[in-house]
Amino acid sequence: MPAGAGSWSHFSHEADIGLAGSGPTLEAVFEQVATAMTGAVTDPDLVQPLHRIAVHCEAPDVEMLLIEWLNALVFEMATQDMLFGRFEVRIEGNRLDGAAWGERVSRERHQPAVEIKGATYTGLAVRQENGGWTARCVVDV
Amino acid sequence: MELRRLERTSRYEWRIAPHGDMRVPAIIYADEGLIRDMDDKVYEQVTNVATLPGIVSASYAMPDAHWGYGFPIGGVAAFDPQAGGIISAGGVGFDISCGVRTMVTGLARGDVEPCKEALADALFAAVPAGLGSRGDIRLSEEEMTAMLAGGARWAVDRGYGLAADLDRIEEGGCMAGATPEYVSDRARQRQEREMGTLGSGNHYLEVQEIVGISDPDAARAFGLAVGEIVVAIHCGSRGLGHQIGTEFLRDMAIEDSRLGLLLPDRELACSPIDSALGRRYLGAMRAAINCAFANRQIIGHLLRRALSAVLPGAAASLLFDVSHNTCKVEDHEIDGRPRSLFVHRKGATRAFGPGHPTLPEPLRAAGQPVFVGGSMGTASWILAGTAASENRAFSSACHGAGRSMSRHQARRNWRGSDVVEMLARRGTVIRSPSMRGVAEEAPGAYKDVAAVIDATHNAGLARKVAELRPLVCIKG
Repeated sequence: MPAGAGSWSHFSHEADIGLAGSGPTLEAVFEQVATAMTGAVTDPDLVQPLHRIAVHCEAPDVEMLLIEWLNALVFEMATQDMLFGRFEVRIEGNRLDGAAWGERVSRERHQPAVEIKGATYTGLAVRQENGGWTARCVVDV
Repeated sequence: MELRRLERTSRYEWRIAPHGDMRVPAIIYADEGLIRDMDDKVYEQVTNVATLPGIVSASYAMPDAHWGYGFPIGGVAAFDPQAGGIISAGGVGFDISCGVRTMVTGLARGDVEPCKEALADALFAAVPAGLGSRGDIRLSEEEMTAMLAGGARWAVDRGYGLAADLDRIEEGGCMAGATPEYVSDRARQRQEREMGTLGSGNHYLEVQEIVGISDPDAARAFGLAVGEIVVAIHCGSRGLGHQIGTEFLRDMAIEDSRLGLLLPDRELACSPIDSALGRRYLGAMRAAINCAFANRQIIGHLLRRALSAVLPGAAASLLFDVSHNTCKVEDHEIDGRPRSLFVHRKGATRAFGPGHPTLPEPLRAAGQPVFVGGSMGTASWILAGTAASENRAFSSACHGAGRSMSRHQARRNWRGSDVVEMLARRGTVIRSPSMRGVAEEAPGAYKDVAAVIDATHNAGLARKVAELRPLVCIKG
């Protein structure tokens, strides 16, 4: 499912939801996995990019950085009652500076299925292969 | 799961002999059918847990075990601080102290049936459910700290529920050793508007009819009779617990890398019990247990108000409140010697047997009530701990049916509105803010709870007391 450069999907997990993304760059794949996370809650195309929030995080390696990025978004979703449909990421070394655009949750329009409790390290992988990047992880819902 | 990878030690017990880095064996309680249907990931995860430092006796999986993260859901493991034991944020999970509270109403089905729709509306209006739903309760920083230290006792002091409820909650409703100052500002922020909310996913509030009694003595002690109505609340520590889980998982994973502790799965991130980080997690996790106690206490209060508004004079007394995502310090006899252990239960219920000193007097002879949730359309069960359960998985039992299908697949198979209609024909009224959520929680996406209950009963983990059918289900 395209959204910017790359694509995202879900993979089956018995209890929770697996997120997968691919893209030409590390930044693009982080954006795709974030879209997949929104896709676990609602259809990302239903989310209007009305408000922008900035996200900054750091981690010792790129896999943990993916989890930090997703958990920073989970925190904003939870405390601002927001859903995000568009993302922009810059990564330099161990640091991520990103932004997310979205709107307040509308229960009628978004029909949110679950709330994301947090992103886990289970099945976590961020890989560079065939000239592009792929990433996957499981979120607890 | 392939049977040839397991040694069958009894009809309901399967053993994985220690191999590789395993320090102890792994033991799965299940019948042959459940084992065959179990994901291979359960084998991998229950085996991984057996490699953790200081683990005692075995790494256990309950009959409802399924693929989790780090630990399997339905995993039980105990660690000895005297033997270098660890505490694992991944072993408790994000929804710290998620659990079930069951209240007995004494109403007959005939009292509720004529006003089922009105009752569903009243409960749905009274208890905020689903993503983005907010409670009316706002806590100042001081009140948040008091809540994290006091649990359900704090809630009773503030007018939510009755003092008599406290005896019927694990730990008397207040987890000792909670350290609110270890709970971060971000965790508190996530909880600011979430007190008294149900959450979403598999969390629910159900009005249930008792349709069968298997153990009349225990049923009498629990106040259960066929044809009568109970109410069950399934939820946890909300955003506060999720954020504590998130933060300590990260801190422990970073610390494990720094110390060179090689784990088979990063999600098993852990710290020695006797370490600064281990103690900080313990204090914060216990505060989250209190948050879950307070949350279910408030919801119980909201439920009572809604119930009596629809059925004047109706009351609900608390049978018991038990958590299934925790780490608790408990005394267990190992090889004839009492030891104080840190027992992790991830999607598993404590199931103390008859006579256990922590049980309230009216329940002590029967054993601790254990609540096993089904799905919206299938049975739930009330079980009781057995004398034998002490020797099996440190007095633990199953907690639910477990999913048989991913959410994605469920969404492809069913439409939420069709599920609601199908359940209405069977006599169950559903209220939910999200039809997509209802589709993902469709009864067909869950395993048959009956097989899990039979295996739990026959393995001696807990014994059947009462079977329940849902009449009203409020789904988050």
